[in-house]
Amino acid sequence: MSLVNYATREITCKIVYYGPGRSGKTSNLHYIYGQVPDDRKGKMVSLATQTDRTLFFDFLPLDLGTISGFTTKFQLYTVPGQVYYQTTRKLVLQGADGVVFVADSQSRQLEENIESFQDLHANLSEQGIDPRQMPLVVQYNKQDLPKDLILPVAELSDAINFRNVPEFAADALHGPGVFETLRGISELVLRRLSAAGTTPAGAGSK
Amino acid sequence: MQVDSRTRFDNFVVGSANRLAVAASRAVAESPGAVYNPLFIYSGPGLGKTHLMGAIGNEAVERAPELNVEYLPLEDFVEQIHAAVAVGEMERFKQRYGRVDVLLIDDMQFLTGRRETQSELLRLLNALQGSGRQIVMTSDRPPSEISDVDERLISRLSGGLIVDIGLPDFETRVAILRGKADERKVSFAPGVIEELARLDVTSVRELQGAMHKLSAQQSLDGTLTPGQVREVLGIESPAPAPDVPAPADEFFSFVTNIATAVAAQIEPWKVRVGEAIAYWSGEGYRTAALERLMSEPSAPPNYEALLRGYGHAVEQLRQLEQKVTSVDASLGGDELFRDPQRLAEAAAFVERALTGEVPPHGPQAAFARASFQESASNQMAVRAADAVTAEPGVRYNPLFLSGPSGVGKTHLLNAIGNELAARTGRSARVACVGAQLFIDELIAALQDGQIERFRARYRAADALLIDDVQFVAGKERTQEELFHVFNHFHSAGKQLVFASDLPPKAIDGLEERLRSRFEGGLLAALDAPDRALREKLFGRFLAEGGGAPDAELLAYLAERPLTSVRELIGVVHRLRAAAEAGGTPVTLDVARRELEPAGTTTIAPPTTVRHAADMFFLDDEKIVWEWPDVVGRLVEDMR
Repeated sequence: MSLVNYATREITCKIVYYGPGRSGKTSNLHYIYGQVPDDRKGKMVSLATQTDRTLFFDFLPLDLGTISGFTTKFQLYTVPGQVYYQTTRKLVLQGADGVVFVADSQSRQLEENIESFQDLHANLSEQGIDPRQMPLVVQYNKQDLPKDLILPVAELSDAINFRNVPEFAADALHGPGVFETLRGISELVLRRLSAAGTTPAGAGSK
Repeated sequence: MQVDSRTRFDNFVVGSANRLAVAASRAVAESPGAVYNPLFIYSGPGLGKTHLMGAIGNEAVERAPELNVEYLPLEDFVEQIHAAVAVGEMERFKQRYGRVDVLLIDDMQFLTGRRETQSELLRLLNALQGSGRQIVMTSDRPPSEISDVDERLISRLSGGLIVDIGLPDFETRVAILRGKADERKVSFAPGVIEELARLDVTSVRELQGAMHKLSAQQSLDGTLTPGQVREVLGIESPAPAPDVPAPADEFFSFVTNIATAVAAQIEPWKVRVGEAIAYWSGEGYRTAALERLMSEPSAPPNYEALLRGYGHAVEQLRQLEQKVTSVDASLGGDELFRDPQRLAEAAAFVERALTGEVPPHGPQAAFARASFQESASNQMAVRAADAVTAEPGVRYNPLFLSGPSGVGKTHLLNAIGNELAARTGRSARVACVGAQLFIDELIAALQDGQIERFRARYRAADALLIDDVQFVAGKERTQEELFHVFNHFHSAGKQLVFASDLPPKAIDGLEERLRSRFEGGLLAALDAPDRALREKLFGRFLAEGGGAPDAELLAYLAERPLTSVRELIGVVHRLRAAAEAGGTPVTLDVARRELEPAGTTTIAPPTTVRHAADMFFLDDEKIVWEWPDVVGRLVEDMR
């Protein structure tokens, strides 16, 4: 997926929210969706099971209008976190321009976080993408929970963010941190516009 | 007082907040006094009221230099009244303003409480408006909110159009600042202007002031970075986002943020070109030339010149279009005027139009001779047509085709036109028009005093074909023009063909001199299609839908009494629809079911009835062919 198309003057960013099950990826998208003015809203597509966990994926198109003469569109996807949806995760990850890793801050979920983060790297590598080249930010979600249930950001960072990418504390249900995260990943992705003539590294995806 | 010549439309940046105001202002400048009179513009300070008003004045003078445009702030107006009263020269004051064609008064809000000025203004407005002069006023609030003003004056002020200008959005602010920076020939590092536009200001003036400060600082310290903007201006950076309540317009600030990121990442020249494309294509111009520019890997050295050149070309196109519409309104809106790459072509087109060389309408290509079916009922007309195309202007001149409606007169007429054009090559100009169009063009020409041009246009053609010529009956002036045109063509040996639903002598209100001329060539009648022709036509039309119809079906259909080809096409459409609904090809069964109302054996009313009854009610479209079934009708009744 090419990020910027000079011929049609379009910028399209595909951003994938990745993370373990129940870490709040869909909540991120829901919060963003709620903030978008009606005239800019695409339809949010959500395929969920009865227990409200993402079965296949969520898809939220965001039309940012014309920026510097470029029609700018963001596509936000979430992957299903549950271990057994490996295939869907790989599919959604294809052609991504950037990844947000949503970690669950609860202390008892630490293992799942690490597992999922490794899973992300494995899946990227499998698609021939160097994970170090993929724009990535980490979000520590559920920071609003009681302190005795969650790990502090510093500790989480030590455990998960060994690559030292931009990280954000968030409460996706209520909003703090959600747009900061989106902004963080967008800037990383857009920074690549000028770098190396717009071909995302790891071409071969799509 | 003179209008400031720097306030023009081309340096007024249009955004969503001022689009209406600009559109209204342009309309006023283009035809002062004709639309929106008075025009009342209001907005907060520093958003461009005075600029817009000045632009109206400048544009109006540019378009019509003889116009007397007067601009003055209300304060000056008040002073002039006082002075006039003091020296007892109120009459001269009134006379002076009575001569003004476009009166622009700024800052109307100062009317508050000035009873004398108000009544004087009311009188002046009445006088100016009464004689069709344009008045434009601005204020910082709508008329109804200017306190302590005479009701009559308020209603007068509100009588035209009231428009407001809002605070420009981010993109517009960036555009304004870029324009100002260009004007002052200062350049900033990428991102600085965007940062500046993001400042929380209430007017463009403030923004401009901030920019001046930056450019002054820059001349001392060298190029500034976006990060230094707020520091230089002494504005604190926005506090880091509070982490508890989320601000309401998070999305907007996100978009702004992305805009900066994009602006900082995409090379500035691409941004410029991209914006130009977005703008011009929004205005309806073709931007292929600029789009090619976008695919260049690096900034073409002359891209700015190219952009300017494009703007120039568009401006020229606008002028050309305006010029041509002043001669003939129907020529405006041509695709030519939307593509700067075809500027030369457009110029040539206008040149030709002005010298009267725009050819009249040609024949419609859809009516080809090959698709015209021949039979005994129209044989003579077809033979005559072929003779005409073989030897135009020699054998039958004029050829007059007559026959009832829907028998193919128009088709044959256009087919002759197409054949003539094809035979003599594209250089031949075949004028093929409906009489109504001929009349309309004549009237328009008379109205604009362009009658010479009208004649020249038609006379330049190599053949003249007029459809529905019966419409000229009773129109004396048209007949006179047609008479002259006829004589010109006839004497020059150029072919004339007419079509009418009546033969010349049956046309009421046709002058004798024209009638005799029409009859002087060949009168060829086309009759209602006979059985053989109907069979052929049904065969052809049904075959167009796919699948050759069988002979039995054709024979059945051909038996149906139809008086025109149009009716026949209607039947074909119905059959096709019915067959499609049933998922079958068109068969005899389908045709029977569809064309014979259930329970009756006769297909149509006896011909006597058909002729006697009002044809209107026998039109296929007016007859309900299928009643809803019983259940459907019951449901209807229950409602």
